[in-house]
Amino acid sequence: MASTRDIRRRIKSVKNTAQITKAMQMVAAAKMRKAQQAALVGRPYAQLMNEIMAKAAEGTIGFDHPLLQSRPAAKRAVVLVSSDRGLCGGLNSNLFREISKLDKDTVFITAGKKAAQFVARTKRTLAAEFTYKDTPEFIEARAISKFVQQLFLKGEVDAVDILFPRFVNTLTQQPVLVPFLPIGKVAATTAGINAPAQELSAHSSTEIFEFEPDEETVLGQLLPHSLNFQMHQILLETKASEQSARMVAMKNATDNAKQIIKDLTLEYNKLRQANITKELLEITTAQMALG
Amino acid sequence: MASTLQLDIVTPEAKAFSGVVEMVTLVGVEGEMGIMPGHMPVMTQLVASELIVRQNSQNIFIAVGDGFVQINGEKVSILTDMAIKADDIDETKALEAQKLAETRLAQKLSDGESATVQAALVHATTQIAVKRRHKK
Repeated sequence: MASTRDIRRRIKSVKNTAQITKAMQMVAAAKMRKAQQAALVGRPYAQLMNEIMAKAAEGTIGFDHPLLQSRPAAKRAVVLVSSDRGLCGGLNSNLFREISKLDKDTVFITAGKKAAQFVARTKRTLAAEFTYKDTPEFIEARAISKFVQQLFLKGEVDAVDILFPRFVNTLTQQPVLVPFLPIGKVAATTAGINAPAQELSAHSSTEIFEFEPDEETVLGQLLPHSLNFQMHQILLETKASEQSARMVAMKNATDNAKQIIKDLTLEYNKLRQANITKELLEITTAQMALG
Repeated sequence: MASTLQLDIVTPEAKAFSGVVEMVTLVGVEGEMGIMPGHMPVMTQLVASELIVRQNSQNIFIAVGDGFVQINGEKVSILTDMAIKADDIDETKALEAQKLAETRLAQKLSDGESATVQAALVHATTQIAVKRRHKK
């Protein structure tokens, strides 16, 4: 049976752990608020962009852009977006579970350290590895997006999807696989970032747009820009998910530690009292024997 | 035919403007265009400039950055990287930003950085131009 000293030592160590997790929780909570804000303000822009793209794609006749080209999907690539660090609950493992549903010969492009580690560990094909900062910047997103576009345009892959933890709310993050390229599937992409897909179909009145100066210039600019922006939005969502998941995980850890401290303290007090009683008994028996 | 336009101006940071207006005047790559209700469907690129919105017979002036415009008969959607109402522009801040951008541009920068700085410079210059015009 553990002595009172052992229990005291354990209480102390659990208290330390609780302190650390509490601190991490606070940090994550502060970062989470910022990240959530960033992810949410970007949504209207992403939504309007997709709306415009969908309408523009409908409103053009006989226009083809290499990025719109849909080929039989022989070779697929997946952009895997994860966090850099762990200690965020099941966020990354939930994400990676989705991968086992994919074909073995899928090519991966990763953003975030955990994703790169996972791809390396499971010996899958890694095309490129990207990193992004705590507050994802547009430039970082553009680098990833550009690389993917080139891969697609060179014909090395025929379809590109993005797998990332979509931010639903603080308690829920959902791993989703959204199509990225070819752009033909615009409508479906919107559903990935924003809520209902029906919003889009409401605008399906086909109008023929006039382009100034011409289709090639406008769409040639709009398409890559929208892809870059979409990638940026996904990075922001991932960050929001990560910080939320970490905060919740750390809150759970702190709560657990507190519960353990409570249990241990109870056990400690019981043991202490038992010891006192035992000593008293010993003294009285000794006295009685003497008397 | 509708007698009003639904105007939406959205930037990556916020929904800058959303409302029913009578007319929008903006500068596209092909030159200035005034958009009234019933305008033919057009898609074009927006140039950093001053955008004039006519709402309830009042003009609202907005400094906008580069972006895209989609117009159909009753709706104008504008995607841009900046949109600030003339009244909200802080000229001293804009001047500072302009100076900072100019000094940074003089240094050696990577491609991505120079694009960001260039955009910041354009934003600041547009803001100053719009603000000055409405001071008188």
